[in-house]
Amino acid sequence: MTLLKRGPSRRRVLQTGLAGIIATGVAPAIFTRGAWAQEFCNNPTGDTVTFGLNLPLTGAYAEEGADEQKAYELAVQHLNGEGDGGLLPMLKPSALKGNGILGKKVAFVTSDSQTKADVARAGATRMIERDGAIMVTGGSSSAEAIAVQGLCQEMGVIFMAGLTHSNDTTGKDKRRYGFRHFFNAYQSGVGLAPVLAQEYGTDRRAYHLTADYTWGWTQEESIKNATEALGWQTVQAVRTPLGAADFSQYLTPILNSGADVLILNHYGTDMVNSLTQAVQFGMRDRQANGKDFQIVTPLISELMAKGAGESVKGIFGTSNWHWNLQDAGTQAFTKSFGAKYGSPPSQAAHTAYVQALLYADAVERAGTFYPPAVIAALEGFEFDGMGNGPTLYRAEDHQCIKNVLVVQGNESPTSEFDVLNIVQEIPREDVAYDPAMFGGDLGPAEPVPMCA
Amino acid sequence: MGVMSRKDLLLFLGFTVTVLAMPIWLQPFGAAYPDLLQRFMIFGIFAVGFNILFGLTGYLSFGHAAFFGVGSYAAVWSFKLLSLDAIPAMLFAIVVSGAFALAIGYVSLRRSGIYFSILTLAFAQMSYNLAYSVLTPITNGETGLQLTLSDPRHLDAAIGQAAGGQPIPTLLGQSLGGFAGFYFCAGFLILAFFIAQRITGSPFGMMLKGIKSNQTRMNYTGFNTKPYTLAAFVISGMYAGLAGALLAVTDPLAGAERMQWTASGEVVLMTILGGAGTLVGPVIGAWLIKYFENIFSAINEGMLHRFFDFLPDGVDSAFVAVTRKFVGEGWFLTLGLVFVLIVVFLPGGIMEGVRRIAGLFSRSRRAPTVPGQAVRQPQPAE
Repeated sequence: MTLLKRGPSRRRVLQTGLAGIIATGVAPAIFTRGAWAQEFCNNPTGDTVTFGLNLPLTGAYAEEGADEQKAYELAVQHLNGEGDGGLLPMLKPSALKGNGILGKKVAFVTSDSQTKADVARAGATRMIERDGAIMVTGGSSSAEAIAVQGLCQEMGVIFMAGLTHSNDTTGKDKRRYGFRHFFNAYQSGVGLAPVLAQEYGTDRRAYHLTADYTWGWTQEESIKNATEALGWQTVQAVRTPLGAADFSQYLTPILNSGADVLILNHYGTDMVNSLTQAVQFGMRDRQANGKDFQIVTPLISELMAKGAGESVKGIFGTSNWHWNLQDAGTQAFTKSFGAKYGSPPSQAAHTAYVQALLYADAVERAGTFYPPAVIAALEGFEFDGMGNGPTLYRAEDHQCIKNVLVVQGNESPTSEFDVLNIVQEIPREDVAYDPAMFGGDLGPAEPVPMCA
Repeated sequence: MGVMSRKDLLLFLGFTVTVLAMPIWLQPFGAAYPDLLQRFMIFGIFAVGFNILFGLTGYLSFGHAAFFGVGSYAAVWSFKLLSLDAIPAMLFAIVVSGAFALAIGYVSLRRSGIYFSILTLAFAQMSYNLAYSVLTPITNGETGLQLTLSDPRHLDAAIGQAAGGQPIPTLLGQSLGGFAGFYFCAGFLILAFFIAQRITGSPFGMMLKGIKSNQTRMNYTGFNTKPYTLAAFVISGMYAGLAGALLAVTDPLAGAERMQWTASGEVVLMTILGGAGTLVGPVIGAWLIKYFENIFSAINEGMLHRFFDFLPDGVDSAFVAVTRKFVGEGWFLTLGLVFVLIVVFLPGGIMEGVRRIAGLFSRSRRAPTVPGQAVRQPQPAE
């Protein structure tokens, strides 16, 4: 080892080391002094205000991400007074003026979150630190939403969650700076279970396939609790990795498991693949325990139903919203979105659009972009006209409480978009729950953390 | 002959100045924001460490992301259980990843060449799957491990420190967000670089290079090469653990994706792109890849339209349509092209290009008097 011992090293090492340490210690003072003379993160000083759109443009939920992006572009147009105004006149009560937010024109920056929590966080950080985003929104995975929500709390930037259905987002992992308009897995379970009991009876044996992350876990738990309360039994719950392309290895064991219902806790392309493959396996033509074998997809959207095509016919699930609702808000939004993009909006697009409007409205009501004031304006806000009926932004957990739709795959679609039928609209009183049920702690709004 | 030759000292000082001045000289490139700068530092450390193994001994590990991920998880657990201070977290991360590297290295180093690569890849993929779906109580799976208000944090509790609000890592009470975090990481990159430089020049480093050029001959002359390769493997695993811990310090979330084989491949790319076996090369490679990943991937159509605004109308959209494929989601395409070009034309990486240019200059200046200026032969990347 000590073949070539070389000269007295200590002094040189100390000298160089010390120089390095001093340079490291002094440099921050030089570069950062006086750089941040604002009282909260990204206080907009010019005549524009920037939204940060964090969207999965690649990965298992890419299709939802693309639809969300369209919705945000539409929302920004409408907020700036361009286009037909969309839902702007529908929001009641509303402080929106159609001239931007507090007179500032709305701009946006985007980032591809790749349906991965790590990447989503890096993207959100970039939009906050480099592009000066005042608010971050979007995402269509709960893992992303929870990761970004935590980051936004650290940075002092409001996060308006896009499509996230896990109970944890406004439960165990809720944050003061995070808000969710979308419904959650618990509400899906409570809404869906009575319909399942009515259609399939109360002595079923269920087999779950579950996407292996926070959303899948909580949905599996919620559906299990709701169906077991009806008298159903749970045979087994198997976790599948997010983004798996081939589910056959998980589907084969179901046939001999003694189950007569398959519950797919999947979303996006995962759901399209698992549902299509399950139907190709002939599951829906089978008999088990003397009953017809059934498949249930607790959370489903028109994008996925479209992707699954024939396979989705007759299958039950729940949705946050559907473009075929008959209220004025839904019709206005569907018309506006359809006129621009030539297709009806998905529930992901709807929740994204509404979140952008709600944030803008809260800022107008607060009269400032100061996050704690905006948070106070959103907490406990009761509104109507957004297509979901009367809705409450609960102050205790930042969860919107509104009606939940039970939907069924359309047996005889009249167009390529007419793939889901609304079976029932569950009133919001029935799906409300105690905010303390899932634990968690919002944390404080003040002092406002200061992003770098 | 002093401890550092003049050349080494200049290289070290130049490197230090370049790193510390990054917030200034990266401004025109749109990359001078803290998060990306922190990533530059962190992945720089990762690549420097990887180069100690690959560049010096020639052992190509395809599973280094495992140590990186283990470092992250260890650091986050230290934040959760011990203290929000960065120092225990980093020590813990380095120790844990070092031990992990020792275990994996002990088994993998029984083979060399492609078998070694496959073994490390297999171990890393196992670690990834463990983190992703088996050890979810420890890793929280796909959702990622995060700090919460209710974490015990025994050390902090013992000295009566109750953090108000969302817990974030600190250094002796100082917040490590933003530029403070950057300088914290930069200090470590400089330190890591210094240590790597010392290792490269030391007898131990010589031995590693000897192993790279001909391990059989080393064995015949009576050296037992195994302890050396294992030491290099562990050191480089600890570097990866340090980098992983720093990533958790600047952003306290540990996800399983950072252990995936793509992440292991990325550090190999970084090292080869910059120049395996050189000191600065891997760092440059890391910076380049992170720059592509963060800046190119964020360019959208609107930005392209503004960029090509000076062109006439039709031409403008044509240019946008073509370049669109290479930015945004298509950034991998650009990176791939750059990688192919570099490997084909500069097998020694970017550093070989630098050397060729430098050689050109020095030859043209000194050619009349000094014929046959010794240009160092580039090490082929294996």
